Amino acid sequence: MIVADRKSLQEILAMVADKKKILILGCKGCVTVCNVGGLKEVEILAASMKIARKKEGNDIDIDIQVLERQCDTEYVAGIRDVVGNYEAAVSLACGVGPQFLSEMYKDQTFYPGVNTTFFGGAVQHGIWEERCAGCGSCAIHNFGGLCPIARCAKSLMNGPCGGSSKGVCEVNKDTLCIWDAIVKKKMESGRLDDLIGVKPIKSWKTARDGGPRRSIREELVQGNI
Amino acid sequence: MRLSYPADIKIIQVPCTGRVDILHLLNAVEDGADGVYVAGCLEGECHYISGNLKARKKVAYVKKTLTEIGIEPERVEMFNLSSAQGARFAEIAREMTDRIRQLGPSPIKKKSHAA
Amino acid sequence: MSELKSGSNLEKVLKAGHFAFTGECGPPKGANVEHLKEKLSHLVGKVDAVNMTDNQTAVVRMSSWAGSILMMEQGLEPNFQMVCRDRNRLAMMSDILGAYALGVRNMLCLSGDHQSFGNHPDAKNVHDIDSMQLITMVKKMRDEGKFLNDEDIDVAPKMFIGAAANPFADPYEYRPYRLANKIAAGADFIQTQCIFNMEKFRDFMKKVVDMGLHERCYILAGVTPMKNAGMANFMSKYVPGMDIPESLIKRLKGVDKKDQAEEGIKFALEQIQEFKEMKGVAGVHLMAIEWEHKVPEIAERAGVLPRPKV
Ligand code: SF4
Ligand code: SF4
Repeated sequence: MIVADRKSLQEILAMVADKKKILILGCKGCVTVCNVGGLKEVEILAASMKIARKKEGNDIDIDIQVLERQCDTEYVAGIRDVVGNYEAAVSLACGVGPQFLSEMYKDQTFYPGVNTTFFGGAVQHGIWEERCAGCGSCAIHNFGGLCPIARCAKSLMNGPCGGSSKGVCEVNKDTLCIWDAIVKKKMESGRLDDLIGVKPIKSWKTARDGGPRRSIREELVQGNI
Repeated sequence: MRLSYPADIKIIQVPCTGRVDILHLLNAVEDGADGVYVAGCLEGECHYISGNLKARKKVAYVKKTLTEIGIEPERVEMFNLSSAQGARFAEIAREMTDRIRQLGPSPIKKKSHAA
Repeated sequence: MSELKSGSNLEKVLKAGHFAFTGECGPPKGANVEHLKEKLSHLVGKVDAVNMTDNQTAVVRMSSWAGSILMMEQGLEPNFQMVCRDRNRLAMMSDILGAYALGVRNMLCLSGDHQSFGNHPDAKNVHDIDSMQLITMVKKMRDEGKFLNDEDIDVAPKMFIGAAANPFADPYEYRPYRLANKIAAGADFIQTQCIFNMEKFRDFMKKVVDMGLHERCYILAGVTPMKNAGMANFMSKYVPGMDIPESLIKRLKGVDKKDQAEEGIKFALEQIQEFKEMKGVAGVHLMAIEWEHKVPEIAERAGVLPRPKV
């Protein structure tokens, strides 16, 4: 899923400092699963903002809504009738949400309430980790099913670098050296041969470097592309 | 045994402090409560294994939020005691009311009254 | 290794079977040419080539190719370092061409320390290709006369290709294999990370020799003289991939503060002596960090002077 972190209360408050009536929009997709932008988090943000504004003697009126998915025009269209009632809106969806909203409702301002961070999953309750960088040409089967593009701090195709120490990456002691894990897995399974030779230079054309990407499933497209 | 505790405390009973939500605490503050505290079972003695530990983390979250807003985090607290400790319950209640008296009324109340 | 690949002095020294002795120098944090020249002046005639570091530890300095050119003006041969952190393949190839056009004949291909260690931790890290792939790229440019995209190069850069090896990084058992990969990729010579743990290095070299790697490439052992116990402590704690045995720190601490530098040099000299005899070691790479003026003395005492004329 897409993982995000809530922006600090201060940052969000500053975004809407001059607004009296706002809408906070949650999303039932990834951000609900990673506990950052679902109903509960929307309610908590609303309550926290109200307390902060009350304290300043500058009450704020906040309505909340949680859309099925903010990355789908069908659901984004659901707020058509009310979106104009607010001075601004804060979206707690990943970066896609406030963009779909901004594209559909040109007269409204949508502030991002979260910082979208990575594609990953929960490794334990409350802790999420990055797994994929969306490079557009997956090759993890060559690396024991572990992605060095997303998980090595230097995206090495031929690691580990000289900074790998005791299974930990040189960037900080809480980061696993994925190359240590790849090598150990290969050694343990007697497949070290897979790592002999140079992994060829990667084409980044399919990644973000090639420009914004688009996926087309022709069988699903109605009308012209 | 009936022990007296300060009358200005409003008690909300829950089956387990695990049921206490961040939102309950925030809503209480938002509605003008001068302080909120959660009285859970002793750590390690939760009937639902870890309800009281979860409650402690939620209290910590609310403290952090209040700090960010500029409200004294001491207005929100977590206490642990066993159901057999009636005297301790009253003591905690007094402790908390003393603390709140010292802090004075919640800035939320003050401001909305002034407004 | 019959014909010369680059014709560099370092290549000739190694090919002639001499025990190589290379130095290292960081370019200035600014455009202070005088300071650079002063540092380099100590190395003239004492080493076969000098590494010019490339934004080492991710701290911005004068570009390594410019430093290399300035070095040549002083009569020293540069070993132009290039890290994968700061340039994509376009910038790398054009810098290689530029450096070669201006006379650079050796280069060292590195990944580069992560930018979070340096003075611009907010920078984007490039890593378009990795150090292993950089070796293959420089080799392709040299041997096939082609860019990465297979287009012909009009006058190909003939570089003597170097790579680094850290025998002390983990997983330890894999390190000889990674070295083998670098050699297969096209490394002509290897400079190792600073060695302090001799026991581990002996073991590493034994594995390397057993695999026959020393016959396919020249291995230069990295030596850094410690200035004092504090430096040893610092490096052990903060420099990634360093293995500094407690015994060395103790040894330095064991002498008077003012004698610690001499003790550090003594240890370095003992190391060099051992490397001269060690099977598979073709030379020493001396990294006297901000201690260039000590290089003549160390070279003299190590008995590696005069440097061979080839
Ligand atoms: S190889 Fe690319 S697509 Fe596959 S997991 Fe890594 S970043 Fe994602
Ligand atoms: S220590 Fe491991 S994960 Fe970190 S940059 Fe080096 S190879 Fe990659």
